[in-house]
Amino acid sequence: MTATEWTAVMLSLRVASVGALASLPFAIAVAYALARGRFPGKTALDVLVHLPLVMPPVVTGWLLLIGFGRHGVFGEFFERVFGVTFAFRWTGAALAAGVMGFPMMVRAIRLSLESVDHKLEQAAATLGAGPLRIFATVTLPLAFPGVFAGLILGFAKAIGEFGATITFVANIPGETQTLATAIYNTTQDPAGASSTWRLTAIAIAIAIIALSASEALARGLGGRAR
Amino acid sequence: MIEVRARRAFGATVIEADIATAADSLALVGPSGAGKTTLLNMVAGLETPDAGVIAIGGAVLFDSRRGVNVAPRMRRIGYVFQEPRLFPNYSVAGNLRYGASLAPPGAAPIGFEEVVGALGVDLLLDRRPGKLSGGEKQRVAIGRALLSRPRALLLDEPLSGLDPARREDLIGLIVALRDRFKLPMILVSHRLEDAQRLAEASAQVEPGRKVTLAE
Repeated sequence: MTATEWTAVMLSLRVASVGALASLPFAIAVAYALARGRFPGKTALDVLVHLPLVMPPVVTGWLLLIGFGRHGVFGEFFERVFGVTFAFRWTGAALAAGVMGFPMMVRAIRLSLESVDHKLEQAAATLGAGPLRIFATVTLPLAFPGVFAGLILGFAKAIGEFGATITFVANIPGETQTLATAIYNTTQDPAGASSTWRLTAIAIAIAIIALSASEALARGLGGRAR
Repeated sequence: MIEVRARRAFGATVIEADIATAADSLALVGPSGAGKTTLLNMVAGLETPDAGVIAIGGAVLFDSRRGVNVAPRMRRIGYVFQEPRLFPNYSVAGNLRYGASLAPPGAAPIGFEEVVGALGVDLLLDRRPGKLSGGEKQRVAIGRALLSRPRALLLDEPLSGLDPARREDLIGLIVALRDRFKLPMILVSHRLEDAQRLAEASAQVEPGRKVTLAE
């Protein structure tokens, strides 16, 4: 494996992990609001959350570029306040990966939150537990297998993300070139067939490992909860 | 003192009670579907009456005229539901400690060991709720509610689904708890005989009729 290929693989893992983990708290909050909340604009929020799933990824990427680019409203804010730059950096790739995986994460987590018996939450309330405590001690632990499945889905989506990433942060080796964009590069190169094969094999291996790990963990957690 | 004067309409069905008793334990007796559980839910704050007053031991929990409607978690009503609703992600000990951890700071503590001993669940502490029998679950649910130091205890059909021997055990236990912890208690049963053994006063709940009891 060449150094460029190795870098692309490691960067993909970093981008997907950071993207999925950073979006997890937001996904849990939104999923909880959609599962249990009653508020005006709930349908609008639902639609907004699902947009990246339905829109062409290149549109999401372009919107990220407008909003989080150097001169974008959010981009300037993050750079000024937190010193984080997204445009043409790996952090931008992680943001794009997080945004693209967000709808699937929310869907999985929402389903698992909805499956938690509301009567158990009522029981906790009659014992004197407040909403935050009920969420942390009853709802979230019981929904954990679904939350974990959401995290894995988000990670898997992030590993495969292409359109939004290449539009937002381009395809810079060592900085924003992920597994997917690296494979795209090699397919454009007449001499790149062997490289394409190697990267493809790695992509398949990562997918199998992630899915097997999630299955095993979900089974283990499910067993423990019973 | 238990006061439940409340009315709630569900479409054409009206559930209405006019109960005021100096007794510390009250049984609501009647057939299924008569509204007994709804009355308990109103006392616990899980359902809101259209109008009325609910007060236990001098604490006003609901008063539609004065705009009082204390949130369920602030009512300190220990509710043992018909299906015991134990948290499946905790062991028996975990469920009991969950209740104990929510006891208000000023309340006189009820000892964990004391409750475990009184309920006879000491050998079950490490088990998950899924591995308990119906009667064991009921006892753990009673313990969890007791340890949260409620101002009153609600028991919804605590004896349902138990074989005769277990029923006798649990009746003895509830009477002992009632006398030992001096807690006001409202319980629901469809058998008058059980109600009379468990509570000092009882009120009949019939579908479509106002429940009345005045002493």
